[in-house]
Parts: sequence; structure tokens; C-alpha cells
Amino acid sequence: MSETTAIPDVQARATERKAPRGKTFAEHPLVQLTIVRFLETLREPEALFWIFAFPILLAGGLGIAFRNRPAEVLKIAAITPQLTQSLEQEKLLSVELLDMPSAEEALRTGKIALLAVPGVNGAIVYRYDDTNPEGRNARMLADRAVQQAAGRVDPVRSSDVVMREPGSRYIDFLIPGLLGMNLMGSAIWGMGFTVVDMRRKKLLKRLIATPMPKQYFLLSYVLSRILMLVAEVGIVLGFGAWIFHVPVRGSLLSLALVCLLGSLTFSAMGLLLASRAKTIEAASGLMNAVMLPMWIASGVFFSAQRFPDVVQPIIKALPLTAAIDALRANMLQGANFVQLAPQMAVLSAWLLICFVLALKLFRWR
Amino acid sequence: MSPVVSQPALRVTGLRKAYQDVVAVNGLDLEVRPGECFGLLGPNGAGKTTTVEICEGLTAPDAGDVELLGMHWSSDADQLRQRLGIQLQDTQLSEKLTVFETLRLFRSFFGQGPDASESIRLVQLEEKKNSRVGNLSGGQKQRLALACALVGDPDFLFLDEPTTGLDPQARRQLWDLIEQFKSSGRTILLTTHYMDEAERLCERVAIMDNGRQIALGSPRELIASTCAEHMVAFSAGAKASALDIPALRKIEGVRDVRSENGNVEMQVTELHLAVPALLAELTRQNIPLTELSTHSATLEDVFVSLTGRHLRDQ
Repeated sequence: MSETTAIPDVQARATERKAPRGKTFAEHPLVQLTIVRFLETLREPEALFWIFAFPILLAGGLGIAFRNRPAEVLKIAAITPQLTQSLEQEKLLSVELLDMPSAEEALRTGKIALLAVPGVNGAIVYRYDDTNPEGRNARMLADRAVQQAAGRVDPVRSSDVVMREPGSRYIDFLIPGLLGMNLMGSAIWGMGFTVVDMRRKKLLKRLIATPMPKQYFLLSYVLSRILMLVAEVGIVLGFGAWIFHVPVRGSLLSLALVCLLGSLTFSAMGLLLASRAKTIEAASGLMNAVMLPMWIASGVFFSAQRFPDVVQPIIKALPLTAAIDALRANMLQGANFVQLAPQMAVLSAWLLICFVLALKLFRWR
Repeated sequence: MSPVVSQPALRVTGLRKAYQDVVAVNGLDLEVRPGECFGLLGPNGAGKTTTVEICEGLTAPDAGDVELLGMHWSSDADQLRQRLGIQLQDTQLSEKLTVFETLRLFRSFFGQGPDASESIRLVQLEEKKNSRVGNLSGGQKQRLALACALVGDPDFLFLDEPTTGLDPQARRQLWDLIEQFKSSGRTILLTTHYMDEAERLCERVAIMDNGRQIALGSPRELIASTCAEHMVAFSAGAKASALDIPALRKIEGVRDVRSENGNVEMQVTELHLAVPALLAELTRQNIPLTELSTHSATLEDVFVSLTGRHLRDQ
């Protein structure tokens, strides 16, 4: 171009079209398409909420609701100081010394689980509700304390090792589930909504009216998805590790590969679902119809094993089940890449089928 | 003007396109000369947009041939895309991006052309450079769309209804910009249903109706060939039914008379003779005259005389 803004006249135009000068990295259409895609996502506050804040709120809420409580101390009462003293030897019992009427009142109203009363000839009578597990528990603990205080020696010596390690709690089960759900949601919504919205606004048609290489358009989605993926996975895993000490026992590399393959598979599903739809309403209907069964059946919040055996092969073939199973195996059992092969195969099959179909069906207008 | 020997920038022959049971384009021939601004005029549904989209390589015709800059879509699509500037009817550019980001994206698709900042200056959007597209006015959005069409320094520019829906001031501003680009030697194909737009911008126009071309020529030629130079309009009010139309046709200098709901429109060659005669005739018929007006004939009048319909009647 000339250095002024003056536009070359008609004679000059014929000869003026020169060979294009080389482009810098930032001027490359793929780089520009990816930047634009990424900026559009960042500037969509609702999308950011669903991708980043929602899984953390869900994990935090459920993690607190289903946290493991320390073993509970049972409240009981006795009516003599001597009996009280013997019972207090048991750490899992909290013993109160009461007079008979108020002790009976406390037992009736459930304030105590058991009442110990001296019987005839040094015997002891336990009064409790045998349909209440706490009552039966208290009976066993109280009697053991009383017998040991009286000098009983058990024939077999026993000791306890307590298991409260990360990895077997509900939150450990939940975090990989949420991660899988998030991979699916952000990929399908991210792909589906934006493509349909661009078709509705005739922006897709405007883009193919330029010399834009069409494969770059698709590739820019993949690249910006990978950029977002790092943030998405990082935030959920980091939150789980920091607040709840959820472990990642497998290799981070195979975890990254599972996330990448999962995200690509769900993106291909999103592209397929968005390949023809001309309105957001039609697209959301399709996307929800596809995702809802997987939210329920693929074991996000509870084990997919709870469904009957007949439907297990179908559930196992769902991409979200494969993704979540692979994530759990990696994070909780420390499975290596070879052990994840069945799940990776399921995801790859879905990726291939959805992508080929999407390319066949896709309409730019 | 370029020499006569040069081949047309766009040649369309025997174009035909039907959607389900509607024939959008029905055997159309067009020739656009290099460096001219050619207007495709017609009411909504005349087939203008379908024609343009076939020329732009976005729609495949059922029959017919398109030769653009000496090339064909079937064999030279990649080369053609680099040399065309396209503004589609009502494209909504991404609202979340700024003006600059949008143009930088479009610029990246082309091998040459002004950079994003220069394009912004060309359409006078400097003060909106970093504004989101969603915050622009209608006229600013249209100027951005024009900049997106110009960012590859095109040889051939397609503008599909560039000023539809804009207020008069924004329309004039866009016309000024288009005129500026005309002087740079680009060939422009413009569709519009505004006759004043075509008269202002186009060297030649083709009028389309029902998928066919019904007239072709410069705006002046069309006006001169199909109707008289002046239009006289008046209203006969309540006594319209008593009006003797054949008597009006006999007035000297009157070419044609058209009457609709008491509103009368007359094509007149010699205004200074026809108006006094009209007034005398109305007095003779005892018709009270209201709202007499005259104007120079426009392309709108050409369209009415060709089809019997107004352009905006749909």
C-alpha cells in the first residue's frame, strides 16, 4: 500500500496487485480465529460462571454436606456415682449422673440413649430402646466398660488401626465426576451455542464469503478449547486438592490425555448437534436431550453400578461414563495409561463417529 | 472510463434459481463493466439477493453461467475470494469483539490490503476503534461491515442493500464513503430498493421484478425512455368519483394519467403548458383541487410506469 490513505486509481489497479507479503505469527488467520474465539468466551460472563464457578460451588456444597464426621460419642446416664465412674472409662460414652425421675424423663425424650440402674445383688440393669441403633450400641459399650472395670480380661488381645485416608470419601468420588461433567458441558455448549448463534446471525455465511480456509475455523475451536481446558481442569482439581485433599494418584500426563480426548470427543458431539440447527432453541433442545441421560446414568454423583445389570453395557458405552471412569481410575486408583485403554477406546470411537458425521452434515448457512 | 476493449468485470448469462416452488431468478443476463457502479434495483423479493449471492459464489444456480473478473467459481474459487469484497444483507458481526479486533480478524484472511487501523480510518470509525461491536449504532455497524468488505483491497465490491434500515443522515454518510471508493477504480455491484440511492451512486442500473430484468440503462436514460420528465400529482378529495380522467389525458404535454383512491399522478413532458391547462380543466369539471405537487421524474416513477406498482408495496 502507498504511504498515504489515497486510493490507487483505475489504471493503477490492474498492475498494483502484488504478491502478498509474509505474515507475522499474530497475523496468521488461525491465530486470529483462535484469539477471537478465546476473547468471545472470556467476555461471556454467564459461560464463565457455568465453566468455572458452578463446579466449585457444587463440589464445595456437596463436599460439606457429605463430609465424614468423627465417630459419635453416645450420651447415657447412670443414677449412682460408682456406676458413673465405671462407665466413664469408655471414651465413646458421655455419662451423666442423674436422679431416677429426671433420668427416666431424659431416656423417654431421647436425650440419652441408655440408662444404667443398679439391680439386686450387684447386678446392673440397662434400660434402652432396642429398636434404636444408638441404644444397642450404647448397651454394648456400657456393658464392656462395666465388665472391664469389674476385672474381666479378654482371652484375645485386640487393637485398632483407624482408616480415614483421602481417596475413599464421597468428595474423592465426586471431584472426578464433576470434572467429567464439566468437560462434557463446556465442550458441547461451547461448540454448539456459538456455532448456532453464528449461523443465526449469518456470521458463518459472512466468514465463508472471505478467503478464510475452512479447516482453520474448526481448528481454532479446538485450540481455544484446549486453552480453556487447562484452566477448567486446573481449577476443579486445584480446588479439590487444596480444600478437600483429593488425591491424584495416577500420572498427570495420562490425566491430561484423558481430559484432552474427552474434551475433543464432546466438542465433536457439540459440532454434530450444531451442524444443522438454525435457532438456539432447537440447539439447546438437542444438547439437553443428549446430555441429560448421561448426567443421570454416567455416575457423576453416584456410582453407575447402581443401575440394573442389563443396562450396564449401554451405560459403559456412553462417552461420559468412559471419561469419568478413566478420571476416577487415574486419580483414585492410580491407574496407568494401559489400564485406561478400554475407556480411551470408547472415547475415541465416539470422537471419530461424531466428527465424520458432523463434517458430512454441517451447513454454513 | 476504461477502454471499450476490456472484457466485462462480471458477466451473468441465463441465470436461474428456484427455491421449492418459488422461482427467485428466472433467466437473468447481466454485464457489469470494469470500474462502474452497477445498481440492481427492485422491490423486496425481486430476486436481487439471490442473484448477488450466486455471483458471490455462496449459492449454486440451477442453470446459467457467472464469469467474474474473467474467472469461474467452479475452477478459481480461491483466487476469486481474495479479490472480492462482500457485504451481505444483515450480517450481525460478533458483538463481543471490538471494531479493531473484528477488522484484524478479517484482514488476516487476505493476502493484501490496508491493515485494521487504516481500514478503520477509511470508514471514519477512529473514535470507535476499541468499542465493542454491540455498542455501535446502526450506521456505524454498516460502516464496519463496509470496512470488512474493503479490508482485502478488493477489485470487485458487492454491496447488498448497504443502507437499509438507516436514518437519512447515516445513509448520506455511507453514500459519501461509497462514492469515495468508486473513484478508486473498484467495480461495484450494489442492490437496493431505494431509487434515490441508485440515482446517486450508480452509472447504470438494471431494474428487476419477479426474478427478471425489466429495464437497463443509466438512471437518466431510464427516466427519459420510459416516462416524461416531470410528474404532477394532485388529490381530488371527496369529488374524486366525478373526475373525468380521459379528459385529463387529452391535455397537451400529458403523457399518461394514473388514478388511485382519488390521488392522481400524471406524467408530463412540458410542465409550463400542462399545469395551466390542468387547472382550467379541473375548474371546468368543477373539481376542488387539493395538494397539487410536481417533481422531476425519478427511478421510482420508472418502476411504477413499468410495473404499475410502487416499490415499497412489497
